[in-house]
Amino acid sequence: MGAWSKRLYIFLVYCFFYLPLLAMFLYSFNAAKYTTAWGGFSLKWYAALLRNNGLLDAALNSFLVAVCAASLATLLGGLAAVCLKRYSFPGRRALFIGILLLTVSPDIVMGISFLILFIACSVQLGFLTLLVAHTALCAPFVAVTVLARLEEFDEYLIEAARDLGASEAKALLHVLLPLSAPAVAAGWLLSFTLSMDDVLISTFVTGPSFEVLPVRIYSMVRLGVKPDVNALSAIMFALTLSLVLLAQVITQLRRK
Amino acid sequence: MTTPPILELRGVSKNFGNTLALHNINLEIANGEFLTLLGPSGCGKTTILRILSGFEAPTRGAVFLNGQEITSSPPELRQVNTVFQSYALFPHMSVWDNVAFGLRMQKRPKVEINQRVAEILRRVHLAEYGDRMPRQLSGGQQQRVAIARAIINNPLVLLLDEPFSALDLKLRKQMQFEIKHLQRQIGITFVFVTHDQEEAFAMSDRVVVMNEGTVIQVGSPQEIYEEPESLFVARFVGEINVLEGDIRAARPGGTYQAEVEGVPFILHSRREFAEGETVKVLLRPEDLKVYLEQEKAQQPPFFLGTINETVYKGATVDILRTLDNGKKLQAAEFFNEDDADITYRPGDRVSVTWVEGWEVVLNAEGE
Repeated sequence: MGAWSKRLYIFLVYCFFYLPLLAMFLYSFNAAKYTTAWGGFSLKWYAALLRNNGLLDAALNSFLVAVCAASLATLLGGLAAVCLKRYSFPGRRALFIGILLLTVSPDIVMGISFLILFIACSVQLGFLTLLVAHTALCAPFVAVTVLARLEEFDEYLIEAARDLGASEAKALLHVLLPLSAPAVAAGWLLSFTLSMDDVLISTFVTGPSFEVLPVRIYSMVRLGVKPDVNALSAIMFALTLSLVLLAQVITQLRRK
Repeated sequence: MTTPPILELRGVSKNFGNTLALHNINLEIANGEFLTLLGPSGCGKTTILRILSGFEAPTRGAVFLNGQEITSSPPELRQVNTVFQSYALFPHMSVWDNVAFGLRMQKRPKVEINQRVAEILRRVHLAEYGDRMPRQLSGGQQQRVAIARAIINNPLVLLLDEPFSALDLKLRKQMQFEIKHLQRQIGITFVFVTHDQEEAFAMSDRVVVMNEGTVIQVGSPQEIYEEPESLFVARFVGEINVLEGDIRAARPGGTYQAEVEGVPFILHSRREFAEGETVKVLLRPEDLKVYLEQEKAQQPPFFLGTINETVYKGATVDILRTLDNGKKLQAAEFFNEDDADITYRPGDRVSVTWVEGWEVVLNAEGE
C-alpha cells in the first residue's frame, strides 16, 4: 500500500467511528427545527436547553447517581477483587464465576429482576433503587478491572509491608491501593460511564419522581430527534472528551 | 552456651495438607550468630524462615524469640525482619520512603526517622540514592536497599531468604563479603537460607543441613565439610568419592583394619564399628594423592588405576580415573609452583592413596 492509500484507509476508519458524532455536533448548531435540512448557524438550541428545566434536572440526577454508584461500585468491586486475589475461602470460585456472569448478563434481565425485587419488598422506586441497581451493574466491572491489575501484583510486597510492622489493613492501604490506583481509577470511570448512559435498567427501576437523563432523552426522541437533544449530546460528548484528555495528561505527567 | 538463645524452635512440625514440610525441628540460635539453613529446594528451609517471620504457623511445636513465645503472633508484632528473595521493594516509593517505611509504621518522630534513614543509607553506601526509585537501581543496589529497609528497625533477628540468587557470580561474592561485614558490625543475629554450600560456608558461624523436612546435621562449616555424619551431607556439600569397605578387625583408639575396594587399609574413625561390618569410606577429591606408577614406589597400601581425563579448572586440575576394579574416582590437585606441568595423560597408569586419617568412615546404611 502506498502512503496515500494508507492515509485514506485510516481516514475511512475514523469516518466510520466519528462521522455520526460530527453530524450530531454540526446539527446542534442548525437553526432549522427539523434535522432534515440545514437552516443556518445558530446557538438557539443551546439556549433552549438552558431553559429546559426538566432536562437539566434529569442531567443533574444522572450525574448524582453516576457519581454515587461509581464510588460505591468501586469500593465494593475493589474489595471483591482484593478478596478474590488474597484470600482463599469456601465459595471463592463461585464468587468469581458469579462476578463474571454479571458482567455478561443482559441489562434487560437485570432491570426486570430488580424491578420484581423492589416491588416484592415494596420499596418506593426512585434515587435509592436506582443507586442500588447501578451499583450492582457496575461493581462486577470494577472487580474484573482491578483483578486484572492485581494478577501481576507481587504478593511479597504485602508480606514485606507486614514484616516491617504494618497491619494487614495498613499494608493494603500503603502498598496494594497505590499500586492498583490506575485500575481503581479506570474502574471508577467505567462505572461512571455505565451508569451515566444506562437506559434499560434505569427505565425499570426509577419512578416518575426521579428522572434520569438517558431515559428522558429516550422518551424525547421517540417523537423524532429535537435539536436541543443534539445540543445536549454535543455537550455530553465534549465533557467525555475532556475527561479522557485529562486522564491522558495526568498519566503523562505521572510518568515524568 | 551460657546466655539463653535469641531464637528457639521446639518440636516444630508443619503440614501442608497431607505433605509433611517440617518434621520435629529443634533448633537454638545464639545471639549474634550467623546461622545458615542449607539444603536442596523443597527441604523445608524456607518454611522455617516463614515460621520465624510469622507468615506460616507451625502445625505442632513452639517458637521463642528472646525467651518469649511468639508461635502465633502476627508478623508485624515480631521484632524480626526479612530480606526477601525478590527484595520486594515497594516500586511506588523512593529508596528513602522504602527505608523509612518500618519507622513510619512505628510512628517514630519525623526528626528521628530522617536521621536514622540518612545514617543507614550511608552505611550501605546509598546516601546519594535516597530519591531514586527502586527500578532505577542495579541489582546490587536494590539488594542493599532491601537490607537497609530491614535493619533500620533494629530487629533481634534478620532473616535472609536466598538474597543473592538474582545476582551474578562476581556481585554475589562481593555482597557475601559485605553482608558478613555488616553482620559483624551491627551484631544482629542473621538466619540465612541458601541451597549453595559454598555461600553457606563462606558466611556462616554455623550451618544447619536439611533434607526432606528434617535437620540432618548442625555444625561449623569445617565440621560439616570434614566430618559429615551422613552420605547425604557429604555429597551435598561438595564432590566426594565413596569407596566400599569391610571392617576386618577393630584396634584400640578408633583404628580399624579394613579392606577398601579389595585393598587392606588402616581406617581411623570416632565411630564404633563391628568386625565384618560393611562401611563406606568417604574421601574428598583434594584428599587423594596420585602418583605415576613409574615414580618411586609408594609405600603400600594404594590402589592401582588408569587416568581417564584431566580437567583444567584454573586453580586446580581435576583428575578422573578408573581403578582396576572399575570404580571411578575424582581427585583435585593444586598447581605446584615448582612442578607447573601436570604430566598425567589419559591412559597413564597411576597409584592412588590418601593422607591417613583424612577419611570419613560411615555405616553402609547411613544414607
